[in-house]
Amino acid sequence: MLNSDLLKFIFGRLTIEAIPYHEPILIVTFVGVAIGGLALLGAITYFRLWNYLWTEWFTSVDHKKIGIMYVILAIVMLIRGFSDAIMMRAQQAIAFGSNNGYLPPHHYDQVFTAHGVIMIFFMAMPLVTGLMNFVVPLQIGARDVSFPFLNNFSFWMTVGGAVIVMMSLFVGEYARTGWLAYPPLSEAAYSPGVGVDYYIWGLQIAGVGTTLSGINLIATIVKMRAPGMTMMKMPVFCWTSLCTNVLIVAAFPVLTAVLALLTLDRYVGTNFFTNDLGGNPMMYINLIWIWGHPEVYILVLPAFGIFSEVVSTFCGKRLFGYASMVYATIVITILSYLVWLHHFFTMGSGASVNSFFGITTMIISIPTGAKMFNWLFTMYRGRIRFEVPMLWTIGFMFTFVIGGMTGVLLAVPPADFVLHNSLFLIAHFHNVIIGGVVFGLFAGINYWFPKAFGFRLDPFWGKMSFWFWLVGFYFAFMPLYVLGLMGVTRRLNHFDDPSLQIWFIIAAFGAFLIALGIASFIVQIAVSIRNREKLRDFTGDPWDGRTLEWSTASPPPDYNYAFTPVIHDHDAFADMKKRGYKRPLEGYRPIHMPRNTGAGVILAAFSVIFGFSMIWYIWWLAALSFAAILIGAIVHTFNYKRDFYIPAEDVVQAENARTTLLAGGV
Amino acid sequence: MSSQPHDARLVGHDSDTSGHGSMGGYVTGFILSVILTAIPFWLVMGNVLNDSRLTAIAVMGLAVVQIVVHMICFLHMNTKSEGGWTLLSLIFTLVILVIALSGSLWVMYHLNTNMMQMTPGDAMNMP
Repeated sequence: MLNSDLLKFIFGRLTIEAIPYHEPILIVTFVGVAIGGLALLGAITYFRLWNYLWTEWFTSVDHKKIGIMYVILAIVMLIRGFSDAIMMRAQQAIAFGSNNGYLPPHHYDQVFTAHGVIMIFFMAMPLVTGLMNFVVPLQIGARDVSFPFLNNFSFWMTVGGAVIVMMSLFVGEYARTGWLAYPPLSEAAYSPGVGVDYYIWGLQIAGVGTTLSGINLIATIVKMRAPGMTMMKMPVFCWTSLCTNVLIVAAFPVLTAVLALLTLDRYVGTNFFTNDLGGNPMMYINLIWIWGHPEVYILVLPAFGIFSEVVSTFCGKRLFGYASMVYATIVITILSYLVWLHHFFTMGSGASVNSFFGITTMIISIPTGAKMFNWLFTMYRGRIRFEVPMLWTIGFMFTFVIGGMTGVLLAVPPADFVLHNSLFLIAHFHNVIIGGVVFGLFAGINYWFPKAFGFRLDPFWGKMSFWFWLVGFYFAFMPLYVLGLMGVTRRLNHFDDPSLQIWFIIAAFGAFLIALGIASFIVQIAVSIRNREKLRDFTGDPWDGRTLEWSTASPPPDYNYAFTPVIHDHDAFADMKKRGYKRPLEGYRPIHMPRNTGAGVILAAFSVIFGFSMIWYIWWLAALSFAAILIGAIVHTFNYKRDFYIPAEDVVQAENARTTLLAGGV
Repeated sequence: MSSQPHDARLVGHDSDTSGHGSMGGYVTGFILSVILTAIPFWLVMGNVLNDSRLTAIAVMGLAVVQIVVHMICFLHMNTKSEGGWTLLSLIFTLVILVIALSGSLWVMYHLNTNMMQMTPGDAMNMP
């Protein structure tokens, strides 16, 4: 008796049954992950890379390295989220009639929840944040972000959230509620297990990182622009980043608050969102979409910025309608707060409310349409180079317009009553998120990779990846539009009507093509690393770029710019090239830089332990780790060794090396 | 971090900010806050207005005034600080707050009237 009480005290509700050793799929996955993980750790140990990784990467406060780490995290999570996707497609393609498929509902529900959460929070968000982190300080001529330590801390908190979500695969289970965990299903009464708690703590820990990096980038853009770069001379990507981060800072606290209320419901028995005792589940749905709608603009605005940069670079022209692009972005930022109810038209709000939100939703397509015309007019009579980033951009323009039109269709409340909760909706939002965000991020990766590493990505495999993705997307999601129009609802793991099967088989084929697209992307990176000498770029300006980041070396030195550039026009680097700008070759001075610190990794590790112990009710460990977070944060404030100077000799050496390269390379 | 290495710390704090306030500002703010806290306390404890709804409105009104006092005296907000960015972010915050609060009230009010518990018979006769 005492023994079991003691065990309960030590391990909370964590028991040996929590390990899903009776699920063959998970066991095979676990064995695969374990072997892969051990091989990776073994390789790092064998090549003695731990010290290098720790000092040069994990503790780095350099915005470029943090940006690259964000992108790596996002690619890892893309593979995880896509595995979920292809499992669902395979299940739906075979589970007809007497065939129950291979995923029982219990498992299938976790798969679609994890797919949504991972793709939005741990794939798209880190990829967007990573690109902003890498590019924005370079584009505005800054040496780092405003708060370099905070940047490192934000990244590791995002990783912490991802670790919590991944842990649920092998210890316990994930939520079976759908990606927004609507109550009352997500309340303790209906989801008593650890799934929803994994969801809550994973998002809360990652949310700290997201909010802080939003604050950081706003401060950077507002305060650290190079002299002469007024707001209306900023590159469009900086503008969209600014608006995205404003949205992050204004929206994410709502998510944090609503999840905190749900946590109180589940942990201490309050009744904010329960059915009885005065609780109101609709309040959760209302609040979470006040965060949720701005969230989709948080994802897509930076992608719009990437397309703007890519289009003007590869058409060799200034962006058409710069000012209208900026104002469209600002209008979208405000309007994105006025449309949230369109996510629950059918939940009883009545005619006047529905018409208001239907109309605002349609209005938001106007600034987006204006942007589309601006890109088209930029291409008009431009000398278009069809490099890989430009292909992604053109693929986006075709695909996103379709997604936008089905979006306006769904914005009509009566149509929404027919189409809500159907596969039409699924097709619509994948249409805009894949066609808009994912294509944009791939364009951005292909575009800025040479800046980050000094060599281009292999164009052949880049084109393979693009075409597989594009064709795969249409095969995977056009059938879902058809099925949705026929009334097939989402999140089903079995169907009775055999006439539907052919559409699901086509969709599964599309998912297979997308798998080839992702594989081609990974091959592209591997091939490019192997052929890096052939793909090397010595000029720092492989695309004949127009914005400031192309004026420095690739990869940029730690300090980005030996001299702070002075800006006279937007498209600053194109202007410099036109005026025959000469790199200054002497007069270097020591450069003041922030110093690396391990505090971010340590605090995030304590946060993971805290989240884990809260999930499993291991109260003593939760108390200890929470105390450790507080103490760690306080100790860090006494760290006065925060900065150092790069000596002038080192700057001279780095800049002379570049001068030699420029002379030899041209 | 900023442009020149040696005077980075000086450049870090732009000279156009309104500084960190004066003793007088803080004392004024403190006294005003005390008064604005004491009045609602007195209104509630003494039941001065004899009407709980009116009292609630008065307390909230005084709270808004006190928020403004805090922003001006303690947070040093004015139209010029940080080149207008503080005012801009305040306006943005207010816009978002008004949208989220009034929108939520509006939506929840409608949901409440439309979604009251009904018998299956009522539900079937819904338009």
